[in-house]
Parts: sequence; C-alpha cells; structure tokens
Amino acid sequence: MATTSVLLSGFGGQGLLFAGKMLAYSGLMENKEVSWLPSYGPEMRGGTASCSVVISDEPVGSPLVLEPDILIAMNRPSFLKYIGTVKPGGIAIIDSTMVEDRPERDDISFYAVPATQLAQDSGLKGLANVILIGKLVKESGCVTPESLQAAVPKCVSAKRQELVGYNMQALEIGQAQ
Amino acid sequence: MVQNKDKVLMKGNEALAESAVRAGCRFFFGYPITPQTEVSAYLSKTMPKVGGLFLQAESEVAAINMVYGAASAGARVMTSSSSPGISLKSEGISYMCGADMPCVIINVMRGGPGLGGIQPSQADYYQATRGLGHGDAFLIVYAPSTVQEMADYVYAAFDKADEYRTPVLILSDGMLGQMMEPVVLPEPKDAPTDKPWATTGTKMARKHNVTNSLYLDPQELEDTIVERQERYNKVKENEQRYDAYLTEDADIVVVAYGATARVARNAVNAARAKGIKAGLLRPITLWPFPEKILTELAETASSFLCVEMSMGQMIDDVRLSIHDSKPVNFFGHTGGIIPTPDEVLACIEKSAAGETFNVVPYKSKMKGGE
Repeated sequence: MATTSVLLSGFGGQGLLFAGKMLAYSGLMENKEVSWLPSYGPEMRGGTASCSVVISDEPVGSPLVLEPDILIAMNRPSFLKYIGTVKPGGIAIIDSTMVEDRPERDDISFYAVPATQLAQDSGLKGLANVILIGKLVKESGCVTPESLQAAVPKCVSAKRQELVGYNMQALEIGQAQ
Repeated sequence: MVQNKDKVLMKGNEALAESAVRAGCRFFFGYPITPQTEVSAYLSKTMPKVGGLFLQAESEVAAINMVYGAASAGARVMTSSSSPGISLKSEGISYMCGADMPCVIINVMRGGPGLGGIQPSQADYYQATRGLGHGDAFLIVYAPSTVQEMADYVYAAFDKADEYRTPVLILSDGMLGQMMEPVVLPEPKDAPTDKPWATTGTKMARKHNVTNSLYLDPQELEDTIVERQERYNKVKENEQRYDAYLTEDADIVVVAYGATARVARNAVNAARAKGIKAGLLRPITLWPFPEKILTELAETASSFLCVEMSMGQMIDDVRLSIHDSKPVNFFGHTGGIIPTPDEVLACIEKSAAGETFNVVPYKSKMKGGE
C-alpha cells in the first residue's frame, strides 16, 4: 500500500497551489487516488502558504499532511516551521535562492536547488515552483516523468495553453538538477 | 468502470456547484463567506451560460427569502453559506419548512460560535439536525465525505427536496469544500415541471395557489404539522443512508461523518493492522440519523467511539440510537483543528482496553492547559 504525502510551503504567490495541483494530476494520470488541500485564510496574503498533496494506491483518508514524506520549502519561515516534520528517510527540497539555512538533521535526503535564480536566468520568472516539482519527481519517483508531462496541459488554463511550453522547460531544468 | 485517470480534479465546492447545475438548478441566491466562496464564484460564472440566474443579495436574510420566492414558483433553487451565514438564514428556512417549499441549502461549516473562525468544523450538527429554525420542523441533511459525494449528494438533494417537499441541507465543511479530488460529474438532468402547488399563474383555469406558513387557526396549524410529520416519518423509514466499513466483526465501532470520517478510516485501518477489531460507521444522512444500523451494531460491538470536530454533538444521536446499551466514548477537536489519525488510533486502543472517556485535548498554555 504505497502512499506518498507531500507538503509544499512558502509565500503566497510563489505558485505552491499550482505546483501541488500539477503533482496531484500526475498521480491521477497513473490512475492513483489523490488529494490536494490548500491552507486557506489570512496567511495567503503575503504570509506563509502551504498545500498538502497525497498520492496513494488506496482511497485517501486525511488529506491534511502533517508529517510529509516529501517537503518543498520556498521560503525561510516555512523551512524552519516544517523541516522537523519530515518523516525520517524522507526528502526535503528547498529553493536555495530564498533559503540559506540547512537542516540540522541527517536522517533525510536534502536537496538545495536555486530555483528562483534558475527560473530568472532562463527567462522563466515565476516558474521556480515548477522547477522544484521537476526535481521532486526526479528524486522521489512518486510519479513518472511522463505522467508529470501529461499533467501540465491539464493544469494550465485552457485559454493559456501557450504557457505549456514554458512549464515543460521548467520541469526539464528541475530534472537536470 | 470509470478509471481515476478519466476523472477531473476539482475542489469540493466547485464540484458541488457544477453538480447542482447538472441537477437542473437554475437559480442561486447567496452572500459571500469563507469557506464556501467557491460555490458562489463558480455559479456566478456558470449560471449566465446555462440561462440561469446568479444573484449576490444584500444579506443572507435577503438571499434565503429570494430562495423562498423562487421555490414557490416551482424552480430548482439553491443557496450556500458557512456557519454564521446559515444562522442568519434560519428564519427563512423555517418559513420554507412551514410552507413545504423544496430547495437545497449548503453549509460549508467553519468554527463557531459567533464569527468563530474560518477553518473546518462540525459544530453545526445540532443546528442542522434539529430543524435549523423554530417550530416542529426538520430538514433532510446529507453529510458528504469526499469531493465525489459533494457532487453526488447535491445532485440527489434536489430530487429528495421535490419528493418530500422540504428544504434539504448539505452539511459540508471547510476541508471538503477547499480540497481537490478526482470526481466524475453526473449527467445533466431536467428539473421537474409537475408541481401543481407552484404559484405559476392560474391562466384563469384553476384556483390560485398560495405559499404560506401562517395559520391563525390552531386546529388548521396542528393539521398541517401532523401531515408534515407523516412525511417526516416516511423520510425516517426510507432515507437513512450510511457507509459501513469493516463493521461486521467490529468490537470497536467508530462513528464519524464528513471530513472526520476520512481521518477515522485511516485510524481504523491502522487499528486493524495492530489486530484490533475496529470498524467505521459513517452516517451519510445526519437527519434522518441511521439509527437502524446502529441498533444492529450495538448487538455485536463492545463499545462505540464518536469522533467529531465539535465538543460532542452527534454522540447524542448515537446514544439515543443504541439506547445507551453500550459505552459511547468521544474524541473531538474544535475551533478549526482537524483530528489526526494517530489521535483517533490512540482512542481506539483505549476503547479496546475497556476505558471510557470523553476528550477534547486542551493545549492552550495561556489558559493553563498542559
């Protein structure tokens, strides 16, 4: 019974909910059970925001991820808040453009990706979130890269399908890290 | 069978809104409030496209009375709010019960009392299941537990509202409303047109219909209430819905609905893995409460465990259903905190050890908690 729980965290506006949706849709492409739950409320206005995603072979019970298998942290407050909650043996990926800290624990796999910088350098400003998802899928194998690519057009608004290419590019950058 | 990959990923609030349209709902009157906002937002975009009407009223009280008007004219009509907004609508809901007007009301619950908070809660159980307004009245109350059920039960609710001529309430919560899950949307259907009681104009061919909840003659009022009670009895007889998971051989029967039932299901699985015979009885209708199945389970279970996001409300209906023949323990969180599977598992273990308890963990350092 394989279940992967993911917590995506950072500032409101960094595209965490979108990144989470991309991941959830990837699970759906593999015929798995998935759930996506945003934090909602005043913290979304410039404060910390987070999004829980569960991908499982079984119906998802609680969609709220308190102890993630995989953590993405895109700012310092969420890194400090959640790094201790990652399950032993789990994965933490940070946007190292935004977070200079490093974990004080060695029982997790840790990856520092300068996603915001990479996005900027590649003319993909605002797609640091997608770069990190590329990295997440590469390191965890929770879904296949093919499923992830298939999910992109589903997540991009029907009226803005010209953005699919940029997202694909961002995924590739993430997977190359 | 529909595969997951063929489904769409939607928020609970949006799946519910789309499903309402597919059930033939063409009128929506509401007033914004978190965490139900996506219902209104979705319908504001969709209603004009299907020839329907979306109207943001000046208040909740205005909105529910617009619902009353549209229902009187025989339309499929819906309103949606979150806890404090439902309190405001309660007068209108009582009027609609008194006038036997079908409609669908959505409550995406948040913390209370008062303005409370905006995180998920189940503290409106008493309000929902005890008629919601004043007078001898009840509503059919559905408690979905997945995004799929948000779509399925609002779709069914319109039919039940017409069948029994009563308002029907969907009691959801902030978690179900905000989360996305795979969903298959139901096929569109037409709203029924055979409502001989509707105030659609006499065309000079019949006596005029009257929509009213005022009866100054006590005998006349009692007669209407008794007639309505007979309908309620039919509802109780025919409409009890539940989902029984691993209950056949269960020593410990966990009773939970909505979002909490999802957490409880995880805990039941974990308990089974530890060799504890736990099961989950998930009420889908909260009124009528699924008392028949609980009466049956009381014959084989050693104890019951109610888990709610409240200080303990549904537990009363569990105790009534089993006539207190077995211990009914309680674990809850409130104020917007969602119980964790580990907490519920610990309570199942305590139940299995024969303990009796009624716990809402109290952690505030400010007020001298642990």
